[in-house]
Amino acid sequence: MGIISRGFGGRRRESVPGLPPGQYLTHDFPVLSAGPTPRIPLDRWRFTITTETGDKTSWNWTEFQALPAEDVTVDIHCVTKWSKLGTTWRGVSLDTLLEDVESSADYTMVHSFGGYTTNVPMEDLLDGKAWVAYKFDGEDLEPEHGGPARLVVPHLYFWKSAKWVNGLQLMGDDEPGFWEAAGYHMYGDPWREQRYQGD
Amino acid sequence: MPLDGNAMAGDLREIFAVDVTAARYMCAGCTHTDAVGTLMLWHQSPGLVARCPNCEDVVIRVVRAPDRVFLDLRGSVRLEVPLEGS
Repeated sequence: MGIISRGFGGRRRESVPGLPPGQYLTHDFPVLSAGPTPRIPLDRWRFTITTETGDKTSWNWTEFQALPAEDVTVDIHCVTKWSKLGTTWRGVSLDTLLEDVESSADYTMVHSFGGYTTNVPMEDLLDGKAWVAYKFDGEDLEPEHGGPARLVVPHLYFWKSAKWVNGLQLMGDDEPGFWEAAGYHMYGDPWREQRYQGD
Repeated sequence: MPLDGNAMAGDLREIFAVDVTAARYMCAGCTHTDAVGTLMLWHQSPGLVARCPNCEDVVIRVVRAPDRVFLDLRGSVRLEVPLEGS
């Protein structure tokens, strides 16, 4: 017959101009996790920035909620190849959190409840590029998506946007976090398709 | 929900000539020891993450690139691999 059905071979993936290379568009919000989902009572939540000299700046949940918040709409790109466009978040800019922190560190290690870590250069957290977000799509951030609060660094692959964040260690030298130590790229720019070490 | 470590068999068979899921690990966190197949496996993530069922520390991580497989064993003090015919 010469007619080849296009209906087989798996779910068709939507091709959208403007997606980073190798990505496909999704409209749901896949949950990826490397371990049990921690349930953090708000009265035990704390976010601490530790400088390279050991100085600490810390907020409990009430203090954190009192900080000026921003509403942002951003595209997110997971290294497992899904992208989600126009996601809306509310959170505190890292510019605000780092405003009164004295440091000359060029690198940071993001820490989470449950032990997850990921490294992000300092300049990628500043100038309106990153937030500690506690609302998604107008609702409190669910534990499966990183609630009570997660990092959102949308210009890097989403494994850098650590769920359940509880701190930031400022560092003079770059060091690998959880996935970077296991083979993923140290920086993770989706537009340069920096998925694995050596990409 | 995690699977058990037996679900790593396919990926590990590409690297090792033996069935590593039958090997015994010793957890670097708590020294618990059991078969690799009994580890708790998180697979809905950028890689496979196998955790100790006793202390939940990460014992094995497997990351698949198109042309490479990364195997991170820093959470395992040792692997005890049974030899066939012995």
